[in-house]
Amino acid sequence: MSLFDLTIAGAGAALAKREISAVELTAAYNGAVAALNPRLNAYITTTPELALAQAKAADARIAAGEAGPLTGIPLAIKDLFCTAGVRTTAASKILEPFVPPYESTVSGKLLEAGAVMLGKANLDEFAMGSSNITSGYGAVENPWKREGSDAKLVPGGSSGGSAAAVAARMAMGATGTDTGGSIRQPASFTGLAGIKPTYGRCSRFGIIAFASSLDQAGPMARNVEDCAILLQAMAGFDTKDSTSAERVVPDFRAAAGKGVKGMRIGIPAEYRMDGMSAEISALWEQGITWLREQGAEIVDISLPHTKYGLPVYYIVAPAEASSNLARYDGVRFGARVDGEDLIDMYERTRAAGFGPEVKRRIMIGTYVLSAGYYDAYYLRAQKIRALILRDFTQAFGKVDAILTPTAPSAAFGLGEKMDDPVTMYLNDVFTVPASLAGVPAMSVPAGLSAEGLPLGLQVIGKHFDEESVFAVSAAIERAAGFSALPALRAK
Amino acid sequence: MSLTSEAVRRIAKLARIRVDDAEIAVLQTELNAILGYVEQLNEVDVEGVEPLSGGAQMAMRLREDVVTDGEIAEQILANAPDRSGNFFAVPKVVE
Repeated sequence: MSLFDLTIAGAGAALAKREISAVELTAAYNGAVAALNPRLNAYITTTPELALAQAKAADARIAAGEAGPLTGIPLAIKDLFCTAGVRTTAASKILEPFVPPYESTVSGKLLEAGAVMLGKANLDEFAMGSSNITSGYGAVENPWKREGSDAKLVPGGSSGGSAAAVAARMAMGATGTDTGGSIRQPASFTGLAGIKPTYGRCSRFGIIAFASSLDQAGPMARNVEDCAILLQAMAGFDTKDSTSAERVVPDFRAAAGKGVKGMRIGIPAEYRMDGMSAEISALWEQGITWLREQGAEIVDISLPHTKYGLPVYYIVAPAEASSNLARYDGVRFGARVDGEDLIDMYERTRAAGFGPEVKRRIMIGTYVLSAGYYDAYYLRAQKIRALILRDFTQAFGKVDAILTPTAPSAAFGLGEKMDDPVTMYLNDVFTVPASLAGVPAMSVPAGLSAEGLPLGLQVIGKHFDEESVFAVSAAIERAAGFSALPALRAK
Repeated sequence: MSLTSEAVRRIAKLARIRVDDAEIAVLQTELNAILGYVEQLNEVDVEGVEPLSGGAQMAMRLREDVVTDGEIAEQILANAPDRSGNFFAVPKVVE
């Protein structure tokens, strides 16, 4: 068995037994990054020397008997997490020169647990996108291929670099962030498990802000158990984030093994949308059957405001983004383009530093918050957001978790769905409602498309009940026995 | 409701993003497509519904109003595009 076949759980056990060393493991992954990154572009910045130094420290910690389950495990950190002394770009040209003087809480917790950072993963610029094509540092290629075709596919987004890195075995796991589906949709596109925990579960401190009422960090990994191990380390109360939840973090790994016997699983009628492909519909039915066979009770439910999730999101998220991104003005950090006067400098700096999708969203956000339009757009969207939350609250009076597809299709080709911005936005139709409600949701690989590409199912849980999400996701994983691998990967 | 090219210019000005004349028509089409898409929200009855501003299911925390950080001017200025001593430097604002 190759080192690249090990899961995080498996590598942790092998490290603890001293069958392998952290340096050996990290050197192998550094090699995989060096070999595959020039093609896949999954990392914006690689840190092989830092990784080796961290691996040496991990080996010392293991030898001293002070290791945890992540000690010596090489990870990709999405380039939206500030990392002290390591350039952090948010995949934007405007942050090209930015070296944070401090560490994000989540990446700091992983480092404290002894994890090794291989580099900073590519993403859509400021996490705005569903395909990773909006990155200022080039698109990411999905390591998966359609059968009999070498056409380049997107890895999904915005955590597309994280997804490609883990799928191609250029990292054992990765951090992602999810604002409207940015962990779950790329996980689905690359055959990975990925969870967006409850809003407030992971600290947002040091994560470059996109839409603060929605942004939430979470892990992406090859299976549900590995996600549980990662989230265990990432989660927890942080005084530096005013929306961080002051709650005990449960044992997620134990939860993943609980089984679904007696659980009530909701199937929302409104997710059966017009034009849903037969393939996605069949996968969903299969998931329902798997859960029923393992002793869960299937309950039909209604989430009546589902169809308004996307339009609400495309008002709320740009509104918050327009405010959050006001800080990029060429004064305190980041790139600057000189101008005739101060205003001209701001305008030239932002015109040169932001890509087209980011500009569109800032402008939409500026408009919906502007005098005379605030009530008609932003306030109305916030009210419908409340109705979407109410839908979930009512549904969770009857069920323990909800099962839906993760995305409306498998990974699509680079350059497809580019006709207009709204076509691209439709990718997030199944993931956005959980983001708006702040509830946890996970994508788990459940099967392959007719073309041989991975497809995921989404499990949505109650606020702060990631345990049920893990239990149901693990049950699907067991039944699916998903073992397919991408064409491009380290071996 | 459809944005005119003048409206697009005004939004760009508010957003402090310099936009060339050639970009205006493209942005106008794209922004109108997005606004057209969100128009469907008008069919929802929101009478008496309280707006939901955030994802957190909790009240905001308060803390003591005390200094918790500071004396890190070098760190704060380390990323400045231009500085003068312990100040961020910008183009002249007042003649």
